[in-house]
Amino acid sequence: MSRDFTEEKTLKYSFSRKQLAIPYCIFLILFVILPLLVVIFYAFTNDEGQVSFANFIAFFQSSKTVGTLVYSIVIAVVTTLICLLIAYPTAYILAKTGMRSGSALLLLFVLPMWINFTLRITALKEILTLIEGNLAFHPFFNTILCMVYDFLPFMIMPLYNTLTKLDDSYVEAAQDLGAKKSHVFLKVVLPLSVPGIVSGVTMVFLPSMTNYVVLDMVYNSTYIMGSLIGSYFSAYDWHNGSVISIILLLIICVITFISNRYAEGDDRQQGKVSVLK
Amino acid sequence: MFASAVSVKKAIKETMVRWPAWVWEEKELENKNDVLIELKHVKKVFEDGVTVIEDLSLEIKKGEFVTLLGPSGCGKTTILRMIGGFEKPTEGELLLNGKDISNLPPNERPINTVFQKYALFPHLNVYDNIAFGLKIKGVDKKTQDEKVKKVLEMVDLEGFEKRSISTLSGGQQQRIAIARAIVNEPEVLLLDESLSALDYKMRKEMQLELKEMHRKLGITFIFVTHDQEEALTMSDKVVVMSDGDIQQIGTPEDIYNEPKNLFVADFIGASNIFKGKMVGKKQVEFCGAVFECLDDYAVDTMIDAVVRPEDVEIVEAGKGRIQGEVISCDFKGIFYVTSVKTDKAEIEIHNLKSFQIGDKVGLDLQPDGIHIIPYDTSINHYDGEITSYEAGNGFEIAFEDFTLTVPARNVFADCVEKDGGLTDAKGQAIAWENVKVTMSFLPHDAILNDDADAGFVAGDIFNFIYKDDHYRYRIRSESEEDYIVNDADLWNVGDHVSVSVPVEKMKFEIQKA
Repeated sequence: MSRDFTEEKTLKYSFSRKQLAIPYCIFLILFVILPLLVVIFYAFTNDEGQVSFANFIAFFQSSKTVGTLVYSIVIAVVTTLICLLIAYPTAYILAKTGMRSGSALLLLFVLPMWINFTLRITALKEILTLIEGNLAFHPFFNTILCMVYDFLPFMIMPLYNTLTKLDDSYVEAAQDLGAKKSHVFLKVVLPLSVPGIVSGVTMVFLPSMTNYVVLDMVYNSTYIMGSLIGSYFSAYDWHNGSVISIILLLIICVITFISNRYAEGDDRQQGKVSVLK
Repeated sequence: MFASAVSVKKAIKETMVRWPAWVWEEKELENKNDVLIELKHVKKVFEDGVTVIEDLSLEIKKGEFVTLLGPSGCGKTTILRMIGGFEKPTEGELLLNGKDISNLPPNERPINTVFQKYALFPHLNVYDNIAFGLKIKGVDKKTQDEKVKKVLEMVDLEGFEKRSISTLSGGQQQRIAIARAIVNEPEVLLLDESLSALDYKMRKEMQLELKEMHRKLGITFIFVTHDQEEALTMSDKVVVMSDGDIQQIGTPEDIYNEPKNLFVADFIGASNIFKGKMVGKKQVEFCGAVFECLDDYAVDTMIDAVVRPEDVEIVEAGKGRIQGEVISCDFKGIFYVTSVKTDKAEIEIHNLKSFQIGDKVGLDLQPDGIHIIPYDTSINHYDGEITSYEAGNGFEIAFEDFTLTVPARNVFADCVEKDGGLTDAKGQAIAWENVKVTMSFLPHDAILNDDADAGFVAGDIFNFIYKDDHYRYRIRSESEEDYIVNDADLWNVGDHVSVSVPVEKMKFEIQKA
């Protein structure tokens, strides 16, 4: 009797692991797939609802929009480069010089991430206003400064992680084979930290292409991709806004593809290390 | 004499023909006896204050295969890293060809290392790994190609140039690591536990190959291992280390047959260690019997007799000088390990016959199977100072680790306590203030206790050696003083224990100013 009862009970209430994925699937469909389909639909149709590439052609023919794309890329490239130049030595020193307070210092670099981003930029803005008087005189400089300030932790973290994992015996082996310090860095440390550089670049480059809030706050009136989408959508121009979203999506796809290839390389390399251990 | 010299020269010539000239450049084979590396009173203290090596001196000759052998943490790898240039000696000199190289960075030393985990660069293929050093030196591409090809042949991996490191097996990576080091034609090749990551069969194979490679290259090999079998198989010279100190330097045969002390006897190979004493000229008594031996020490000297398991003969019960009963007999492939319990001890024997548990047997030893190590009388000596005296209680003596309260008679044998004062037999007052005293006790008079407060000093068990019917423990206190204690019970390395000795068993000696 009791056995039948338990069997009945398990049948009634058991559900497989697959079923646990249902809420996630619903979420995915509602908030990722459907909106994406809507964006694609709007990007490839005109006001009459007919399929057309006119929106794309218009984007690449307008000097204003292409200019915005170029300006966004310039801002993103400059931000990323400066972040990399500051973050690499910082992460290297924190990870490799055997500083006892290394992780505490790292926390200091990462701590700003815990403070609301608008608040941080507002604070920086006030300081800049004190120094420069009128922020509008140096819009590009101010934008880059705020972007770097904002994204630096995202560059330091992956670099720090990669460099701490880098086995010192590689450095010693290179020295042993006759390499000077500069050689050790260029031929061993730098190539082995490429995965960290790639993931840091990915985490800084894309957001800085679209983060128009920073530009707004430092009164930089030049548009970047994010501001363009915002302005089209707030004017109910769904078609042009969607086109820019698709273009950004493509850029993201390309960069993710490249970095995934490096990330695979990273996995393999770690596989190697674990084989050796 | 002449014949052998000629044949050696012939062998060298033959090898030189077989191996390309660059392998032999400046390899001065005739000067094999020259000292190449010399460590003089080297001391190494790490940044965190831990002293790994106190005072170590060592000479390594040109062309030798030297093995640094010892348990983990004995400082052998630190020595290798100092020779390689990855650590600087805190004190002392490190000479290469007579020149001090202590401050020379690794890239400027004519020394290459095969690392424990090989440290092959994962972002480079086999060719680029091997050619790494050559490229840095600016060797032209053609020579690079030739040399890489030659060393790959030497390690039996022809045609592996384009392979990625991750596709290689452990043994292949090991070979590439060796190839990457020897392609630079170093004067010295350092190998840091390089075989420990390989499986048993592979390790055996590599041992022989390394030895062969050493013979062909003629350069100095310094090999670090904790595997005594590996050390005995491969080396010309073994340096047995323990606790940052050299215990013995010698050929593998010397180390095995003539261990200098109990540590070496116990660490190298299996051994039976018996407590005994000399009873006549080359006559020694242990296990309740008298044996002839080859070592000559004064009569009544307390000794430890080391007997290798393969040197014990099993004879019929009633014959032989030791009688016992077989308590276990295990098959080990080429021999049996038989344990025989006598009324005094348990004896391990390796031989080719198998026995039943419970068999009564007799045991015997030949003179050349007994190695005598005189009892180390310098152990368990501690210096202290008398700090106070209280009539009735006696002296309070302060040592580095502990303070003892001792009846005055134990220190000044013929003193008289009178009216709270202290006089000698003639009635003169004894000046005891700040007198320096040495306290000593014998290992078998001490008692171990797991209650840290039960004895006069506490510490951690650092190592132990099994002797016929007891274990000999070395206990190390926080201030790094060692206490040697014999105990019949089995404790573990790392156990925190206290040592107590009955006051009457402590021997006090007044140090002369």
